Amino acid sequence: MHRRLNPAYLFIAPSAVALIVFTIWPIVQAFWMSLHEWSFMAQERPFVGAGNYQELVGDPRFWNALRNTVVYTIVGGPFQIGLALLLAVALNGKIRGRAFLRSAYFIPVISSLAIMAIVWAFLFDPDIGLVSAWLAELGLPRIAWLREPGTAMLAVIVVGIWKTLGFNMVILLAGLQGIPAEHYEAAEIDGASRWQQFLHITIPGLRQTLLFVTVISVIASLQAFDQIYVMTRGGPLFSTETLVSYVYRQGFELFRLGYASAISWVLFLIIVVLAVFQLRFFRYREVD
Amino acid sequence: MLGSAAIHIALYLGAVVVLLPFVWMVAGSFKPEPEFFQHPDTLLPVAPTAAAYADVWRRIPFGRFFLNSVVFAGGVACLSLVLDSLAAYALARLRFRGQNLAFWVVLLVLMVPFQITLVPLYLTVSQLGWLNSFAGLILPRATNAFGIFMLRQFFLGIPRDLDEAARIDGASEFTIYRKVILPLSKPALSTLFIFHFMYNWNDFLWPLVITTTPDMRTLPAGLTLFMGQHVIEHALLLAGATITILPLLIGFLLAQRQFVRGVAITGLK
Repeated sequence: MHRRLNPAYLFIAPSAVALIVFTIWPIVQAFWMSLHEWSFMAQERPFVGAGNYQELVGDPRFWNALRNTVVYTIVGGPFQIGLALLLAVALNGKIRGRAFLRSAYFIPVISSLAIMAIVWAFLFDPDIGLVSAWLAELGLPRIAWLREPGTAMLAVIVVGIWKTLGFNMVILLAGLQGIPAEHYEAAEIDGASRWQQFLHITIPGLRQTLLFVTVISVIASLQAFDQIYVMTRGGPLFSTETLVSYVYRQGFELFRLGYASAISWVLFLIIVVLAVFQLRFFRYREVD
Repeated sequence: MLGSAAIHIALYLGAVVVLLPFVWMVAGSFKPEPEFFQHPDTLLPVAPTAAAYADVWRRIPFGRFFLNSVVFAGGVACLSLVLDSLAAYALARLRFRGQNLAFWVVLLVLMVPFQITLVPLYLTVSQLGWLNSFAGLILPRATNAFGIFMLRQFFLGIPRDLDEAARIDGASEFTIYRKVILPLSKPALSTLFIFHFMYNWNDFLWPLVITTTPDMRTLPAGLTLFMGQHVIEHALLLAGATITILPLLIGFLLAQRQFVRGVAITGLK
C-alpha cells in the first residue's frame, strides 16, 4: 500500500497547532509587544524600541517590585528548602505514623494558594485571627499584620513556605531513599557521628535532588503572586508588590501591555540567569 | 543529641501547625459571624451552625464557580491527555522529519515561565472573542509541554515487542496507540490527569485574567472576588473554601500514592 502521509504528522498535528498558536507564537508576540507602547484600547501602537526597557530602569516602582521579589526569595528560600530537608531526614528514619505525617505536610500542596490565602488573611486579621489572638494571650501586642509594611512581607513569606514545604519534602524524601543504606552502615562501623554522616553521606548523596529543589523553589519564589494579590494586593504602600504582581498591575489594571511584557521579559532573564548560576555553582562543588 | 521522642514530638507539632489553617477553616465555617469577633482565640465554634453552607450557594454565585471549575479543570485534563499522548506517541515510537527539532522545541517551551505568554495570550483570546468563555479558558491549555515530555519518557520505557508484533500483524499506528500503548500507560496517564486537574482547579492568575464576569469565574478567582475591603461574612467564605478543597482532598486520600508519586517523578526526571 502506497502510504501518502506519514501518520506521525497526524499524531503530532493537534499538539503542534495548539503549541504554536498558544505558546510559541505568544512568546514571539511578547517580545514584539515589549518593543511597542501597546495600550489595549488605543488605536496607535507606536514602536518604541528599547523605550519600555529604558522606562523600566528609571521606574522606582519596578525596582521596588524587584527588591521585594528578591527579599521574598532570599528570606523564604532557605526555610522552604532547609525545613523541607530537616523534615525529610527526620521522616526517613523510624517514625511511627510516617504515612500520616507525610500526608499532613503535603495537604497544603494540593490546596489552592489563592483560596487558602483568604483563610490566612483571616488568620492574620488582628480582630478575628488566631495569630493575633494567641500572641495577645502571650502578652504581645495585637499586630495588624497585613497593614504594616514589614509584617505584611513576613506574612506572605510564611504563607509561601507553608505552601511549598510538603512538595520539597516529598522530593527530598524520594532522593534520600535513593542513598544506599550500606553507606550509613559503613560509616557507623567507622565510628562516624550522626552529624558527620549527615554532612558526608546525606548531603553529597542528595546533590542532584537538592539542586532540583533549590532551582524550582527559587523559580517559584520569583513568580510569587497569588497570596500577595489576595492578602495585600501588593500593599501596604507597595511593600509586598512582586514582579508578577507589577506585571499584572501594568498589564491588566493599567492595560499597558507593552510595558507589562517588558517587565515579564526582565523577570524571565532573572530566572534564567539564576538558574544557570545555580547549576554552575552545584557543578563546581561536585569537584571537591 | 536528639532523642527519637524529641523528633517525634517536633514532627507531630509541625504537622499540627501546618494543618492548623485547614482546621480553623472548617471550624470557622460553622461559626456564627459574631463569634469571630467575640472569641477570636477559640478554635471550635461555641454555637455551631451550618447556615454558611446553605448561604454560600444562595448569596454568591458559588454553584456557578464550582461548575466552571469542574469544566475548566476537567476539560483541560481530558483534552491535554489526548493531545499530549498523541504527540508523545509520535515522538517515542514513530519516525518523521523534524522529529528532533520537535523534541527540542518541547524542551525549550518547558523552560519559559507562564508570565511571558500571559499578556499576549490575553490579547489573542480577546481577538478570538473568547474572553469570558470556556474556549478561552481551556483551549490555550489544550496541550502541555510537560505532559508531552513526561509521556514520551514513559512510552520510551515500554518494551517494543508488543507494538512490533502488532505492526507485523498489520495494525495501524492508531490502533497500536489505542490498544497497546495506552492500556499499558494507565499509571502515567492517571498521574498526569491528577496533576493537570489539580493544577487547573487551584489556578488563580489565568482565570483571573481571562474571565471578568462573575458567572464565568472559577472557584479561586470567584471566591476572592468577595474578599476585599468589605468581607461578606467570614463563615461564608470559609465554607466556600472548604467545599473547594473537598474534591481534591477526597481524591488525595483515596489515591495518595498516585499524587505523591506524581510529584516525586517530576523531581527525579
